[in-house]
Amino acid sequence: MAVSQLVGARVKRREDPRLVTGHGHFTDDFTRVGVAHVAFVRSPHPHALIKKIEVTEASKADGVVAVYTARDFKGQLAGTLPALPVFVAVKKYVPEHFPIAEREACYQGEIVAVVVAETKAQAADGANMVDVDYEPLPAVINVEKAAQPNSDKVHIDAADNICWDLPFAGNEVSEAAFKSAEVVVKERIHQQRLTPTPMETRGVLADYEAYDKRLTMWMSTQNPHFIRLFVSGAMGLQESLVRVISADVGGGFGSKISPYPEDYLVPAVSRLLGRPVKWIESRTESVQNAYAGRGQYYDVEVAAKKDGTLLGMRVTQYLDVGAYCAPFSAFQTVACLMAGGAYKWQGISSRTVGVLTNKVPTDPYRGAGRPEATHLVERMVDLVAREIGMDPVAIRRKNFIQPKDFPFTQNFGLVVDSGDYEKTLNRALELAGYDQLRKQQVEGRKHGKYMGIGLSTWIELCGFGPSSATAPATGGIALSEAAQVRVMPTGSVIVYTGTHAHGQGHETTFSQIVADTLGVPMESVDLRHGDTGEGTAMGYGTAGSRSLSVGGVAISRASGKVVDKARKLAAHILEAAEEDVVFDQGKFHVKGSPDKSKTFGEVAFAAYGAGLPEGMEQGLEAVAYFDPPNLVWPFGAHVCVVEVDPETGAVEIQKYVAVDDCGNIINPTIVEGQIHGGVTQGIGQALFEEMIYDEESGQLKTGTLIDYSVPTANEIPNLITDNTVTPSPTNELGVKGIGEAGTIAASAAVINAISDALTPLGIKHVDMPASPNRLWAQIKEARK
Amino acid sequence: MKHKVATTVNGRRYEHEVEARLLLVHHLRDNLGLTGTHIGCDTSQCGACTILVDGNAVKSCTLFAVQAEGRSLTTIEGMAKDGELHPIQQAFWDEHGLQCGYCTPGFIMAASYLLSQNPNPTEDEIRKGLEGNLCRCTGYVNIVKAVQTAARTMGGAQVPAGKKAAMTTGGE
Repeated sequence: MAVSQLVGARVKRREDPRLVTGHGHFTDDFTRVGVAHVAFVRSPHPHALIKKIEVTEASKADGVVAVYTARDFKGQLAGTLPALPVFVAVKKYVPEHFPIAEREACYQGEIVAVVVAETKAQAADGANMVDVDYEPLPAVINVEKAAQPNSDKVHIDAADNICWDLPFAGNEVSEAAFKSAEVVVKERIHQQRLTPTPMETRGVLADYEAYDKRLTMWMSTQNPHFIRLFVSGAMGLQESLVRVISADVGGGFGSKISPYPEDYLVPAVSRLLGRPVKWIESRTESVQNAYAGRGQYYDVEVAAKKDGTLLGMRVTQYLDVGAYCAPFSAFQTVACLMAGGAYKWQGISSRTVGVLTNKVPTDPYRGAGRPEATHLVERMVDLVAREIGMDPVAIRRKNFIQPKDFPFTQNFGLVVDSGDYEKTLNRALELAGYDQLRKQQVEGRKHGKYMGIGLSTWIELCGFGPSSATAPATGGIALSEAAQVRVMPTGSVIVYTGTHAHGQGHETTFSQIVADTLGVPMESVDLRHGDTGEGTAMGYGTAGSRSLSVGGVAISRASGKVVDKARKLAAHILEAAEEDVVFDQGKFHVKGSPDKSKTFGEVAFAAYGAGLPEGMEQGLEAVAYFDPPNLVWPFGAHVCVVEVDPETGAVEIQKYVAVDDCGNIINPTIVEGQIHGGVTQGIGQALFEEMIYDEESGQLKTGTLIDYSVPTANEIPNLITDNTVTPSPTNELGVKGIGEAGTIAASAAVINAISDALTPLGIKHVDMPASPNRLWAQIKEARK
Repeated sequence: MKHKVATTVNGRRYEHEVEARLLLVHHLRDNLGLTGTHIGCDTSQCGACTILVDGNAVKSCTLFAVQAEGRSLTTIEGMAKDGELHPIQQAFWDEHGLQCGYCTPGFIMAASYLLSQNPNPTEDEIRKGLEGNLCRCTGYVNIVKAVQTAARTMGGAQVPAGKKAAMTTGGE
């Protein structure tokens, strides 16, 4: 084994030269000779019957090649969009979801017709000429009302709007805790709907070759192998003849995990027409139709003692499923399993209710379920502390799961692999100057300053995941990860991974691991992903902060297999016993005589030549699949300091400190970048972002980036970051995930700070987004 | 009806016949094959399509191609010279100022204009100067750092905007 040189180093990203010069390969940068362009006709109504679709005029328009409606796809696409049974194995009512509506449109933006033309502009013109006769129906928008038995229905034929209603643990589990409670605190906590907003929207370029029955798709996805699986199934194609290429992807944040209606319709159009076709989503289409995040509210009660001991929790999640159950929608129920956070509890009762509405479906968005869990538990702990007059730091310290407790089996039977929560908290408090801040707060309050300090001591489960847990959750496919390492005769290396990167820098991080393991320069390692036409048979994409802790370990193991074979061959060449051969700094030598050595490259060349040891095949390559024995459990402590202007409701973030622990770190620069971006998305949710629907008409009122407020450089403070290192015992690299950590932590820290700032006004809880108008109204009400 | 449009882009002259309604960004990408200029929205919010028009930062989705008639344009492809990254590109790389890289060309072009106007910007001036560009990955922390680094390496003494544009378009 070579001495580690690259792992842990601040290696500059290999992706960047092409990206900073405008030479990346995003979906819209690809084309095919003879390509036609697709525009979709979408329902302007959140709920309507489709009485008639008149396509004559559109069909005759300049450049229009074809106009299709639902019935044209009936023979092309089988079945309904998949809704994986993740977590909620028994669903009460899962509406059929064909990729294009025929009789009833159930959300604004649902596709009702497809126009294909020679140019993008002609396709858009043609789409405007399709005349659809709708009979509008009542739109079911409000989740609480939708859950009532007398509600209008999201689908006219449905008995009610309940997609699932499942208790994970009944009230009996927390009964003793609540009976012995000295304090009970209740709150309703909202998680507004968000649109993920990757800067590159989605898009599909599809080319079906009829004579070979071969389909190639270029698209912007986090999950090319899953897309291949689903699309080949729906189109009745052999999986091996479908190739999905997802080259550079301009951000995903969860919104590019699941297959979408367009991912089926565009290749089906290519097959119908016999020519390549392309569709690039507009931003307006994205805001309206990309699977939304969050969209939940929680009714929570916490039982505690007056000394701050947390006893029990009862939590019900109401989840706005949208009009259909998106493929990974039910994953968001993991919030119920994570509601206990970093603390010890006697008992937690939890129940999830999935409620259908006439809105675009929700699906995982960065953190998915874990930001919600963190937000609710961190808010509730603060509310208990406030109730009993305890410092938020002290109540956390009192209830933390302790280092000696790991591996710790939490209330829902999940095994938390490792942690040292107090260590990260202490470091964060030190960096923030907590004691001094509290003194400043006391002083400031004398002068009418509304300054607040918020904590978020978050934990996370990620790195999906063990086959025993994930295969049942997907309907049979385990979320292990695959890697292939191929060494060329002259010693350069191609590595294939089934994970995917869309900003995470895997070409760099993973190459660091391979270069160290093989003892070769990083420049000679080419890391490839995002093309199902090469590499391993299956891959599981990137989601749930899994790439390093599952995919990285697979890469490390495949590299290890290559070294094992090379060592055997080196022993043969050096005429020594295998156990006497040392591999160091990229060279094999016999123990005690480092002068007589063979480089890794020399051994690679020999592997393709003559005179191999008896029974050894030519070549130097290996495949590994890693099935992790558990999930991994990152954690951290964030401190946010705000000042609220009581006259305008404006919030200024004065300081933000993030101390996170993701186990061993391969590349500290990339880890910091992930925290920066993650925290910013959490701040975005806390202060700015919300998909707002008109409750009467059901129209989305925040349908563009004018109305939907993504934070700009001017609204985000400099972030102070640091790490503690508690290696994961779950894998030999000791790594955890970091992609979602910042988002999981941040909203709670910000809202706790604002709630703390407004304490003198008697305000205990603030909903998100804590926009100036909301805070101004709340402050005005409190001052009455 | 089609209209003639002649532009100089990155020092090279192009002539095309285009529809009046064609946006400049589509012209750059689809007719000129300069796909480094990206499209991130349809309401001129995101700034991914920012280029320089006669040295001024312009969101190329806000102009029709015909409005670029006779203008000198610089896109991201025109920033590196002879295989050497422009100092702003180098700084984005050095400071990890990008993740997915989709918004990056727009940020680099906006930063180029900012530094041409204000060679020594404060952090606050950088943040305000870049608020017309959206990034969803970096939280802007390292983008701000990259612009600070670029300002330092460029010596904080740039020529005025017009001349700067002539320089970056290859000195035609």
